[in-house]
Amino acid sequence: MKVILDNITVSYQRHPAVHHVSGSFVTADATAIFGPNGAGKSTLLKAMIGALKPDSGQARLDGFARQDIAYLPQQSEIDRSLPVSVLDLVATGLWHKTGPFGRVGRAGLGQAMDALEQVGLADFATRSISALSSGQFQRVLFARILLQDARLILLDEPFTAMDAKTTFDLLELVRRWKEEGRTIIAVLHDYEQVRAYFPHTLLLAREVVAWGRTEQVLTDANLKRAVDTAAHWQDRAAVCQVDGVNA
Amino acid sequence: MQHLYEVLIAPFVDFAFMRRALAGCLALSLGSGPIGLFLVMRRMSLMGDAMSHAVLPGAAVGFMLAGLSLPAMSLGGFVAGVLVAVLAGLATRFAGIKEDASFAAFYLLSLAIGVLLVSKSGSNVDLMHILFGSVLAVDDAALYLVGGVASVTLITLAFIYRPMLLESLDPVFLRSVGARGGLWHMAFLMLVVLNLVSGFQALGTLMAVGLMMLPAITARLWSETVEGMLVMAVSVAFGSGLAGLLLSYHFELPSGPAIILVAGLFYLFSLLFAPAGGALPRYIRARHFES
Repeated sequence: MKVILDNITVSYQRHPAVHHVSGSFVTADATAIFGPNGAGKSTLLKAMIGALKPDSGQARLDGFARQDIAYLPQQSEIDRSLPVSVLDLVATGLWHKTGPFGRVGRAGLGQAMDALEQVGLADFATRSISALSSGQFQRVLFARILLQDARLILLDEPFTAMDAKTTFDLLELVRRWKEEGRTIIAVLHDYEQVRAYFPHTLLLAREVVAWGRTEQVLTDANLKRAVDTAAHWQDRAAVCQVDGVNA
Repeated sequence: MQHLYEVLIAPFVDFAFMRRALAGCLALSLGSGPIGLFLVMRRMSLMGDAMSHAVLPGAAVGFMLAGLSLPAMSLGGFVAGVLVAVLAGLATRFAGIKEDASFAAFYLLSLAIGVLLVSKSGSNVDLMHILFGSVLAVDDAALYLVGGVASVTLITLAFIYRPMLLESLDPVFLRSVGARGGLWHMAFLMLVVLNLVSGFQALGTLMAVGLMMLPAITARLWSETVEGMLVMAVSVAFGSGLAGLLLSYHFELPSGPAIILVAGLFYLFSLLFAPAGGALPRYIRARHFES
């Protein structure tokens, strides 16, 4: 089981957001993707789950089946005006077991309840999702990931706009997942969180600036290089010739 | 008592066409009510309207080939409606156009073709019939059609309920677990077309969409759960059918608009007084709970 980026390029209107990125993520450990705004972090995650099609190259999730992957987008597109209870939303995490038609059943609801308990929202099970704050809602989405029981967990800026307590609680879940041997890849902006919880870091600025042990990657020199690269934008860039073809 | 019987019950006891119309309304409510509710929840409330126009050229072609024949017109309408849904779906998927915009484009195209065909081939009376229908003229064939469509709708909905609800709730999640959201969506659009076609003999193409949308929108004002809304939507639709038929019988009104107007009155009443979103309950707040 390994997540491998093989010379992947993803672009918007021909301008690359992720440019010839290669490397592999450490399995059964936590890697942070770090970098300035516009560095292609979210784009890379979306390409990894197949929501965006790369121009060239590929992201290979060797040995991970669909049901082994959980993905938490940066801004969830969940329609919170719909009359759905917190418990029902969490229970959708059982999709890999129930599929479109299977029964959730008493055992499934028990698991969902258990997951809610673990994120500290057991009292909210029957409430409508429209009644939650954004921090509570993020906890609910983490409960769903618990239920998905995924080997590979992709999180896109999961702690943005979360208070210290929520961030801490959810990071503890990340720590537990790591101990359970799951592979976690998370886009983050907070230096301290990365240092404390993520042994590996991919520093991205459209291209790989550095990738390896966190303490060796997050150096002042590397961070400055990342900011400089991401800020650099050519409106009339020449066609890229890296692979010898127009790629 | 005697008087109430005369007003509410006697019309159905005395006349077969009234019983038939009532049965038709019940079947229509069972099919269209839930479909309308899903349209509302998917923020596609206007889509039903677009689709009701889209079926017109098909119905017109059916009329040109076979005259006022229900099977021909229904089949034609269904084909035209599905064609528009598929083309709009393809345009959304493969070109950079949002779904509502591509539906608008294709249904307008379809409507123009329909009006052209009708004006070239039939008299105004025929056009009136296609547009407005008459629930009091529902024959056996139409009743079978409406009943059949309601059955197919309910059975299909029971199957696709979860993926469809999840597709409205959280499309990104559904895609991330590898489920084909588009497939359920297409199945659902087929049901929309099917229900509009089944409503058109009874209510006409324009009014069929009223029985689909008004009860559904009303239901949202009454309940906070999907199950509650489903029950409410079907009840309001059937209640409107019953009251509309009686009004049309006693006051010699055209049945289609009478039914839709009753549904509209339900809606206006709910807008003011319904507990889960009506204006007055929101205005007069109950005292809040302890923190």
